[in-house]
Amino acid sequence: MTFSPELEKRFTALLTRYPEGRTRSAVIPMLMYAQDETGAITGEVIEEVARRCKVTPLQVDEVVGYYSMLHRKPMGKFHVQVCTNISCLLVGGEELYNHASKTLGIGHKQVTADGQFSLEEVECMGACSWAPAVEINYDFHHHVTPEKLDELIRGLRKSQ
Amino acid sequence: MAKLLFNQPSPLETRIVSKNFGLESSETLDVYLANGGFKAFKKAKEMTPEAIIEEVKASSLRGRGGAGFPTGLKWSFVPRTSPKPRVLVINADESEPGTCKDRLLIEYDPHQLIEGILIAGLAVDAHVGYIYIRGEYRYLIEKMDRALEEAYAKGYLGSNVAGTGFKFDLYTHSGAGAYECGEETALLDSLEGKRGIPRMKPPFPAVAGAWGMPTLLNNVETFSAVPSIIRDGGAAFAALGTPKNGGTRLVCISGHVNKPGVYELPLGYPMMKAINEVAGGIPGGKKLKAVVPGGSSCPILKADECDIAMDYDTLAKVGSMLGSGGMVVLDETTDMVRFALRIMRFYQHESCGWCIPCREGTTWLRKILQRFYEGQGRREDISLLGELSKNMLGRTFCALGDAAAMPTISIVEKFTEDFEKYLAKQNKSELVTI
Ligand SMILES: Cc1cc2nc3c(=O)[nH]c(=O)nc-3n(C[C@H](O)[C@H](O)[C@H](O)COP(=O)(O)O)c2cc1C
Ligand code: FES
Repeated sequence: MTFSPELEKRFTALLTRYPEGRTRSAVIPMLMYAQDETGAITGEVIEEVARRCKVTPLQVDEVVGYYSMLHRKPMGKFHVQVCTNISCLLVGGEELYNHASKTLGIGHKQVTADGQFSLEEVECMGACSWAPAVEINYDFHHHVTPEKLDELIRGLRKSQ
Repeated sequence: MAKLLFNQPSPLETRIVSKNFGLESSETLDVYLANGGFKAFKKAKEMTPEAIIEEVKASSLRGRGGAGFPTGLKWSFVPRTSPKPRVLVINADESEPGTCKDRLLIEYDPHQLIEGILIAGLAVDAHVGYIYIRGEYRYLIEKMDRALEEAYAKGYLGSNVAGTGFKFDLYTHSGAGAYECGEETALLDSLEGKRGIPRMKPPFPAVAGAWGMPTLLNNVETFSAVPSIIRDGGAAFAALGTPKNGGTRLVCISGHVNKPGVYELPLGYPMMKAINEVAGGIPGGKKLKAVVPGGSSCPILKADECDIAMDYDTLAKVGSMLGSGGMVVLDETTDMVRFALRIMRFYQHESCGWCIPCREGTTWLRKILQRFYEGQGRREDISLLGELSKNMLGRTFCALGDAAAMPTISIVEKFTEDFEKYLAKQNKSELVTI
């Protein structure tokens, strides 16, 4: 598999930062960074990461099943994550999630037909004092209202 | 204030770890140095490791990650002369619902964190550290990476830290979405490239941690407090708080308040003052119903239990915890059945499944709460929720089982009337349909 030169550089750096013989430690960060580029953790990505980290593909596969941010199928180009955990719940997080679901026409972990958006109801993401919070890909949005979310989504649609 | 913070600071704060927040370019090494940065490291370099640890003990700093373990004591457990190299691990997994402070420490003052880590390195003779940052905080991993790069480039990391001859390498490590990986031993498994599953203790990480090496693991805020302790002395830090509860901490206030935000308050600060003055009180003149004092895993306090000082020992006395500093304020309109269900949905989702009482217990508790919330509750369910939870306590490898059980027990006991209301409503609607 070929990756971008930036990703290659990152992988090289990752493989040298752990103690001698401990390249298995690079598995999770590598999967995260690879997923950003490939869109999903495919069998091919698993084989490649396993080869580079000198572990078996099974050892990589079991990790993929455990962590909630690693996906075997591609999410939308814009992955909309709405927190409904306690601090967000108290100030309208659940209503916001339902609103997002209606606006996008999809449910939890679903992707729109055009592949542009996906939705996920997520657990606390460390924005409790600025709730309700939404993370789109890796960008945080605080104090989100249904109107503000619609505006964000409209903006992303236009940016296509 | 040059930069808009996430929330406006309060004049009631005592700003020690957050003293640089809001300074223009506070995330750069130059600004950090211009504001007294690395004085503490240079001072520590002239001290013996024992003296550094004594200073931290004198500060009565306690872990800011959740358990509140005395930091100096933890440092003293690391076998400094072990033939195996020591490793530092910095816990930036920040996933306890209600908690959002480590984020600010990395965003606004990454060099203070680096300096704290370096001082810990001197204290336990470690030369490498890994900052484990939750995957959702990608933008922070990038910010931290930039700070590390700058520190390396200017000689504050690497083979000759600040010209003292001390060698230290520091790296970030991305998580990938798992609350359980905030638990110290699960975090170590995750750092080793595995599923995050807790380890049997002992051996404690201080003796056999990452890759079997002696490991010192602390929370981001714990490390960030160290430079000021060394610079101004442990006694000065201790004096800010109450006996055995030294210093200040970042309190994340959220929920039903007018000015939610992260505020730095001395340990022992009055809880009602934090709610009514620092956070501006409850909107709409509503009454207080309950407070989650330190993250979702803490037993909840009823309004009439909240007239207390916020320190570890006082919270323990009223049967709860100061936890991770996530204080969630609930007004009188809050439906406690819905609240308890949301907490349980979280723990059930995040249980790693390793220990049966936690895996099965959280699943059952969630089902029962869900049924109650959907109007299918039975009277026996109220006591069943408490019994099931109590059976989970202390029966798991890590504290996630307790974290799920404790708030549930307290909510069911203290807010039984909310459950009763559901039963009454149910019965009434049954009558209507007949
Ligand atoms: C399920 C679980 C989740 C935890 N999550 C975190 C976390 O996100 N961040 C953190 O610093 N500590 C967390 N902890 C506490 C750590 O196990 C550990 O006690 C702490 O990081 C030690 O650092 P300290 O002494 O500086 O607080 C968690 C504990 C448990 C049981
Ligand atoms: S509860 Fe939503 S970000 Fe913490």
